[in-house]
This record gives sequence, structure tokens and C-alpha cells, in this order.
Amino acid sequence: MSRIVRPYGDTTGDGMVQMSFTLPVPHDKRAEGAALQLAAKMGLDGAMLVHAKPIGENYTFFVVYGATTHLVNLDDVKVVERDYPHFTPKEVNDAVREKLGRKLTVVGACIGTDAHTVGIDAILNIKGVAGEKGLEYYRELRVVNLGAQVAVPDLVNRAVDEGADAVLVSQVVTQKDAHLHNTREMSAAFREALPPGKRPLLVVGGPRFDESAAADLGVDRIFTRGTMPSDVASYLVHRLVFERQPAE
Amino acid sequence: MTGPLLPLDAGLVARARALAAKAAQPVVDLARSHTTVSVERATLRLAGLTGADPDGIPWVNRLADAVQDQVGIEHGIALPVFHALKDFPDLERLAHAAAAGGVRFELAKDQAARAARDRANAAVGQGFDRIDASRARRSRLVGEIGDPPQRPWIYLIVATGDIYEDIPQAQAAAKAGADVIAVIRSTGQSLLDYVPEGATREGFAGTYATGENFRLMRAALDETSREVGRYIRLTNYASGLCMPEIAALAGMHRLDMMLNDSMYGILFRDINPIRTFVDQRFSRQVHARAGIIINTGEDNYLTTADAVEAAHTVTVSQLLNERFAHEAGLPDELLGLGHAFEINPEVPESFRLELAHALLARQLFPDAPLKWMPPTKHMTGDVFRGNLLDGFFNLAGVMTGQSILLVGMMTEAVVTPWLSDRDIALQNVRYVLSACAGLAEDFHPPADGFIANRANHVLGEAVALLGKIVDDGLLNAIADGTFGIMKRPADGGRGLDGVAKRADDYWNPAASILDGGAE
Repeated sequence: MSRIVRPYGDTTGDGMVQMSFTLPVPHDKRAEGAALQLAAKMGLDGAMLVHAKPIGENYTFFVVYGATTHLVNLDDVKVVERDYPHFTPKEVNDAVREKLGRKLTVVGACIGTDAHTVGIDAILNIKGVAGEKGLEYYRELRVVNLGAQVAVPDLVNRAVDEGADAVLVSQVVTQKDAHLHNTREMSAAFREALPPGKRPLLVVGGPRFDESAAADLGVDRIFTRGTMPSDVASYLVHRLVFERQPAE
Repeated sequence: MTGPLLPLDAGLVARARALAAKAAQPVVDLARSHTTVSVERATLRLAGLTGADPDGIPWVNRLADAVQDQVGIEHGIALPVFHALKDFPDLERLAHAAAAGGVRFELAKDQAARAARDRANAAVGQGFDRIDASRARRSRLVGEIGDPPQRPWIYLIVATGDIYEDIPQAQAAAKAGADVIAVIRSTGQSLLDYVPEGATREGFAGTYATGENFRLMRAALDETSREVGRYIRLTNYASGLCMPEIAALAGMHRLDMMLNDSMYGILFRDINPIRTFVDQRFSRQVHARAGIIINTGEDNYLTTADAVEAAHTVTVSQLLNERFAHEAGLPDELLGLGHAFEINPEVPESFRLELAHALLARQLFPDAPLKWMPPTKHMTGDVFRGNLLDGFFNLAGVMTGQSILLVGMMTEAVVTPWLSDRDIALQNVRYVLSACAGLAEDFHPPADGFIANRANHVLGEAVALLGKIVDDGLLNAIADGTFGIMKRPADGGRGLDGVAKRADDYWNPAASILDGGAE
């Protein structure tokens, strides 16, 4: 069977796609010509302008149908598989309740001078982000959000007091690589304070981290731009519930 | 509407209101006997103090912090501030000196105190004059230009992060049919214990609420109002840690609606409950004075809990919001109580359930401009299905006589709305409003039918929950996770260190004016 595919409209191999977009020009003949030219440049053969509608005085919305001249070889498609399964909130709660038998404690903070709690709040606050609820929403997770500008020693002490299973640290400010220094300082402090078996899972997140730098920074996992609360919850359950027997 | 559409048990409705009043009373007492840093800073804002230090920290914060360090806030900061002002030409110069550590604050007595109080009353009175003038100007403009010709009013959100980008988008939205423009705030502004200063051009998924941003947008919409021949209302958010200050800025800059929920900050932002209730009462009093319609946030309960199982928590919250609002002086016509179309579309008869819930709210609060909010929880990124769902949301809004309709976006949960998304969404609204203009007239659900039974059932559940809240105490109910599913103890959450029990000699000229009604 051929591994080469093209889009399917109503006939195998017809390559039909639909697309819609807005151009910042008033609606006239030239605007319609511009829309078709754009479609051609995007690889649509014989594009049909099926709808053009002015939005205000200076913009026009278009719907275009056409056959794409591009094809895709499935054998050439490379994907980075996530190294943990994705769970729904219910699956997370069930796993924690049934397999761990107690609530899983997560301590979160922005450390150093970073006052940008937007990341940690998006992940932890019940309000969440983009319609997805934060970790507070998960009944079987106990969330302690320490907020902004938490000193590393305070974070370590609080994590120990709370019996944290995982520590989540958010770093937005990156001037002079502050996010890297802060993260190294944090992971070193946990290594110093606790033996390996007692150490909480260390997770950092922020828009400027490199996902592959976890080992270098001494943490268990790095999350970057676009991370949703359920990604973090799934990872925590995968590592702390399914992979590891709870510490005695 | 001609008569009640639902055969609600009048005794049960009366009992629900009585229970809400009983549940609210201890919290009202708490709000009357405490003050917060934000209430005190709002007083300075009303007295005309603006601007920020080179780090962007507003002078109201620097001045209030200095007073708090030296004499605390429990006496009210107006007396020490306006006593110290005798040696300075204005509040800003005093704030500079106080921030530099060069002012000793004290609680003046006798003649000195009387002089300080006179200065404070005069300054704060000017703030209220500005609020009163803004309100009068709104009435005049509405009279001249006119209200939207139809109900519901069409409410649209703008959120670019850059006020100078927001302005043309808001103007375009108004020209395309929006009656109300809401400038959504930057994520996390609710957790800032200060109000940023000046025009702002960067935000996270929204634009900072600042006095200058308010002024710029209101001026632009005044221009557009004249062009489109209807007064375009402007909305922002009085929520989070700076509710009172934002309410004061909104009143002085003639915003028309403000999001202002009694419990949202507690439940969804983990702000201390006492801080929230004290701030909320003051901010609602300011809104009442300014003629601003508040919008409450019951939609949020349904995004965290199941919209069928938790339907009665919406009713309970509406009744509590109504009680707190009345107590703070807001009349029914300024109560934009919220509710939302959030039932899972896979649930059989979901639309009938939505109609039942929407009618229940309409009938419980006949004179309130109810705010009807669109699906968000079940918007999946399938924009085609999303557009259909929004169409049914619009239909439910028209059939049940909702007052303010927040326009749903088919790209909810995908992107912040594009220009074309907004246009498609408005087209959807216009079609339904026009095609079903008089449909409410023909809509009489049978007295023993599914919709009537469901509405009565939800009301019954709401009364039962209110009874439980009265027994437990509202603060305990919040601490126990009765609302949403969040547990929020009264001694936890953000902003508690900014709360103080009022001392016997507490004095705040703004609070006196607001508690005394009109001057």
C-alpha cells in the first residue's frame, strides 16, 4: 500500500483542502485576486474563491477551496512521542486514590526574584488556562501554591513540612540566565537536604527552558511553552504512582 | 414578558431570599468592621493621588505602605496622611517624601485632627464629584445618542495586551454590532496588590486595567458611539486584590459595567475570604454611586463542576450576590447576575435543561440585567461544531429574555479571537436575534412540563443548600469546599496581611460618604 497521502475531498487523490483567512484590504476585485494568488503560492491548484466578505472597511474574509499540489510520505513523518501517557483528571484521581491510597502533595512556587506567577498559576489555580482546569481541580492532588519570590531554603523547608511528592517551580524571567541559575540552586538545595529516596520529584517550567536540559539542571522534568495542567498531572501520576512504589 | 412563565412556588422563592439574607449577614458585619490596604489606597485615589515610582509601584502603595508601617491601617490612613499633608503642597510630594522615609505619621488630635479631616473630606469629595459627573455624563450621552435598539445587548471581548491595538479592534467590533465592549485583563492581574499605572502595551492574554487605559478606551468609544448612533458601554474587571481601587478608577473614568463577583477571587484565585468580602463591599458601594452595572461570575462554577448537578449552586450564588449587592446600595437595574450555557451537549435534552435554568434565573430576578454567558467548557477546537453550539446558546438567550449576551466564539479554547472569528460570531448572533425576534411571545412551557419541573427542582436544591450554608456559616461553607470544589479557609489565601479590624476611632472619609448615601 502506498505510504504517500494527499487530502481527501470526495475522491481518492483529489487533494482538496478548504481554508479561510483575512486580508487587510478593502473588498474589491483586487482583493479577490490577491486571495487567489495567496492560495496559489500556498500550493493550491485551481483554487476557487467561494466566499468573500468585507469585515469593516479595511479587511476582507475569504473562504477558498482548491487541490493542494503537495503530498506527504507517511514514512518521512517524524514525531516526538511523549514519554508518559496522557490521563484525564478522572484517571489521575482514580490512580492516586487506588494505587497511592492517599493524596498526592504538590508544592509550587516562583523562586528567586521572579514575580511572574502567570505560569505557576495557570498550572495550579483551579481557573487553569485555555479552558483547562489547574491541578487544584484534581480532588486527589493536594496543592500548596507558595506564590512569587520564594527563597530556595524556604521552598525546601516547606516541601519537607508538607511532605511534598513533587515540587513545581516556574521561571519566567530569563535575564542573565536567571532561570537556569535559580533552577540549579534549587535542585542542589534539595539534593543537599534530602537523600535520593526522600527527594520530591523536581519539575520546572517556563517559556525559555530547553526540554532536554533536565539532567544538566538537576531536575526530573522540564516543561516549556504550551504545557497544559493535564500534561503536568499526567506526568506526576506516571512517575509517582505507576513507576514508583510509594515511599514507606 | 407578560406574566410568569414558570409556576414557581412563591413561598419557596421568599424562603430562598430570606435564607440568603441570613447567610450574608455575618459576612456583611465582617465587611463593616474591617478595612484593607486596598480600601485605604482607593481612598487616596479618590483624593486624586496618581502616578508611580520609577519601578512602577504606584504612589498610593508607597504612601499607604509607609503609613501602615508606622501607625497601621486600623485607624484609617486618611487622618495620618492628611495631617502630614500640612507640610507638603500635594499628596504626590508627600508620597515621594514618605517613600524616602522622610515623613513621620501620627494620629493627630483635636484641632489638628479637625484640620486634617477637613482637608481629607475636601480631597475625597472631589473624587466623588468626578464619579458623579461621570454618571451624569453617561446619562446625558445615553439620552442624546440612545441605547441599543434591541435586547439582549451584545457584549464582546477584546484582548490583545496592547491598549493601542485594543482601541481599533473595539471600535471595529462596535461598528459590527457590539453594544458592550469588555477589555479582558492580563492573566494574573487579580493577584497583583497594586494597579499598574499608565497606558500599557504588553500583557499576558489580556490588557492591564489601568486608569489611563480606561480613559483612552472610553474616549475612543465615545467617538464610535456617535458614529454608530448608540451608546457603546465599556466593561472591565473589579476583582482580585485591588477591587476597591479599580472600582474607584472605573467610576472616575466612566466605565459602564464591571465584573464584580462576591466569591470569585476566593474560590478561583485563592484570595483571602475576609479580604475579598471587605474589598467587595467597598467596591460595590462605589459602583452603586457611579451607576455601574456589576457582572457576577456564576459561569465559573459551571466550568469546574457539572452544569446539571451544580445548577443550583448558580442560583445560590446569584441570591447571595443579589443580597450583598442590595446591602451595598446597588439597585436591581445594576445587577448583572451571571449564568451560562455549559451543559455537556452530549447530555440528552441538554437544550431543554438550559432553557429551564435560564428561565429560572430570568424569573427569580425579573428586573436585573442578567448576563448570559456562552459555552466554553465543551468547546473543543472543532470550530464547526462550536459555531452550532453558539447558535443554540444565542437561541436560548432570545427565548428566555436574557439582558446581556456575551458573544461566544467558535475558536474558544483555540486562539484569542481573530477579527474573522468575531465577525462570524456576530453574524451568528444577528441571524438568531433577527430570525427569532418575537419568539419569546410564543414560548409558554406547560406548567407541568419538563422545563417547569426542572426549574422547580433546581430552586428546591438551592433552598436546601442555602439552609445548609446558614447552619454552617458562609465562611465555614467556603472553607469546607461547598462552592466549586475549592476549600478556602478564612485564615488562608492571598492578601490577608492587608486586612485589619477597624479600631474604635477608625475614620475613612470615603467610607463615611458611601455609608451615608449621597452627600
